[in-house]
Amino acid sequence: MNIERRDFFKILSAGAVTAVGAKPAHARKWQHRGRNNDAPAILYDATLCIGCKTCEVGCKKANNLEVEHSSLDEWHGVKNVWDSADDLSTSSYIKMKLYKNGSGAVKDQEKDGFSFMRSACMHCAEPDCQSVCPTSALLKDPKTGIVTWNVDACCGCRYCQVACPFEVPKFEFDKAFPKLQKCFLCNHRIAEGKIPGCCEACPTGATLYGTYEELLVEAKKRIGMEEGKTYDFPVNRVDSDRRETQKVKKYNSYVYGEKEGGGTQYIVLASVPYEKLGLPKLPPYSSSGKSEKLQHTLYAYLISPAVLFGGLMVAAYRSTKKENKEE
Amino acid sequence: MTRNISKESSLGKNNEESVVKGVSRRDFLKFCTAMTASMGLPLGMANLVAQTIQNPQRPPVIWLHFQECTGCTESLLRATHPTIESLVLDIISVDYSETLMVAAGHQAEEAMKKSMEANEGKFILVVEGSVPTKDNGIYCMIGGRTALDILNDVAPKAGAVVAIGSCASWGGVQSSDPNPTGAKGIHEVITDIPVINLPGCPASPYNLLSTVIYYLTLGKLPELDKKNRPLFCYGRLVHENCERRPHFDAGRFVNEFGDYGHRNGWCLYKIGCKGPETHANCPIQLYGDVGSDAWPVGTGHPCFGCTEKGVGFVKPIHQQASVFTATPPALFPDINQDKGVGMGAGGAFVVGAAAGAAVASGVKLSKSLKEKDTAEKEDKE
Repeated sequence: MNIERRDFFKILSAGAVTAVGAKPAHARKWQHRGRNNDAPAILYDATLCIGCKTCEVGCKKANNLEVEHSSLDEWHGVKNVWDSADDLSTSSYIKMKLYKNGSGAVKDQEKDGFSFMRSACMHCAEPDCQSVCPTSALLKDPKTGIVTWNVDACCGCRYCQVACPFEVPKFEFDKAFPKLQKCFLCNHRIAEGKIPGCCEACPTGATLYGTYEELLVEAKKRIGMEEGKTYDFPVNRVDSDRRETQKVKKYNSYVYGEKEGGGTQYIVLASVPYEKLGLPKLPPYSSSGKSEKLQHTLYAYLISPAVLFGGLMVAAYRSTKKENKEE
Repeated sequence: MTRNISKESSLGKNNEESVVKGVSRRDFLKFCTAMTASMGLPLGMANLVAQTIQNPQRPPVIWLHFQECTGCTESLLRATHPTIESLVLDIISVDYSETLMVAAGHQAEEAMKKSMEANEGKFILVVEGSVPTKDNGIYCMIGGRTALDILNDVAPKAGAVVAIGSCASWGGVQSSDPNPTGAKGIHEVITDIPVINLPGCPASPYNLLSTVIYYLTLGKLPELDKKNRPLFCYGRLVHENCERRPHFDAGRFVNEFGDYGHRNGWCLYKIGCKGPETHANCPIQLYGDVGSDAWPVGTGHPCFGCTEKGVGFVKPIHQQASVFTATPPALFPDINQDKGVGMGAGGAFVVGAAAGAAVASGVKLSKSLKEKDTAEKEDKE
């Protein structure tokens, strides 16, 4: 580097002035992010789902998303009719998927049966995507708990895509100014006092809106009900007057999302084991929460740097002493 | 197909002589072919069907009415354009039917008794309406005998027993809760003889006609499902052949009568259509031979499931159906859908071009390096 000694000092002093003048960043103590009981949430009950994909349509309408095309278009020789992405994508915040085994004859049966599964952002209580974000572009709203994304802060590293245990966030790889796309729980609609597009569209109540607490109570009630009995399932929202009578099926013994990965705000009920439906078996704590806690503890009051550098100093001092003696 | 016949014959295009009164030969064969197809038989059987229909030995039919509204008989009479009506009268001999026969009172009862004795084991018994079983069946009496009595007398002597309509099949509207008369379907009363159920409110007359012709043509009963309904007409869900099905698949539902979706023919599932759990051929066969849309869903009302036991007359009309799917739909991604469908043409072009450019520039570079090398060597020398 060709730099004059004089210039070097100039730069150094300027840097020092800037550093002193800058507002010091607040070293925050680690906090459990958690989930508010009155936060908006969604309950998906696979036993009620009829696979009509109206939720997908409602979602696209509510979020102005484009219709996607696939080979189905070519098969049927039609354009702009089929909306047929094969997974979550930048213009599909929800994707209905199918579990099928053997003859696939009976719905909600693990063997020789089938079940629908609705994949979408789980809005984790302690989201990994938010934890890994180096620029805090992903935020978990302290009140609503909705995991949102800030275009101005995002640096485009896509760590969030890799970190998510549910493979939800999708980046617009094909665009010059790409955005992160995923379900934001229709926060624009919730702000207006409406419910998410998918919940409003679902005809059976398979996708149900409510506060986290209400939905968990409802979900646990359903698990406790006797199989084969009829129950008036609420439609659209958990406190709705609109109810549809259906038979109760045999549910799995727990609600997915109550504890998984530290809990989620999108909780799931089904008859087929959750792992078969693409919901990973997660420990009852958030991995990112754990690592964050560890990091924050280590760096609290600069303990670990002090210990580390102190140790180094001691080691260096000892060895120099030794050398001096040898001389 | 049968609708075309009516159109042509009303225009009087075909004046060829016919085997059946009032029907041209061409129309007759057309009808036979249509019948053969609707019974699920190979088309080569059409000639056999035609022969059967021309057979002068008309099988005797005893038609009993119990607790019912006579709607099934009415639909058989009305739904037919004239040619089918005459066919009905020409291929079968209705020896006893309270609606159709001229005789009355003791004379009529006598006719039934005579026919029963003369054709024992050969006649077709068609029963319309449910049988009351409560209080010894006193809620339906004909000629001083209870329905239960008559049925127990006639059914064992019949060659085949057909229960027409939802009432005869499994009780129908009379068996709705609280079922004051203890109404039951025929097969619940006559347990030792096979009963063919042709449910519907009213039952499609063509399903009866096809069943009777099948029996006459092949001398055996058609293949039946678990609820004793002929598979050729009750083998598929209404939902499968519904003209509104694409709206279901696209998630476009009617929310209330008269809304935008309703006016545009969207799916009626949300307002209680029982098509997804009801087996019947209504969307294909239609009603009344008056053209397209002449069936409940076609006119904008949800299917109410009259042909399905435990659905029609049991579930409330606007309660949503439990979607019965024989096999899961094909157009869904798998839970662990394979990702990466390979490179698109555009991507391949870009990558190829880049690779080509890299190779070309590499070759060029090595060439120029070589040249430089040799030039330097020459200089040294």
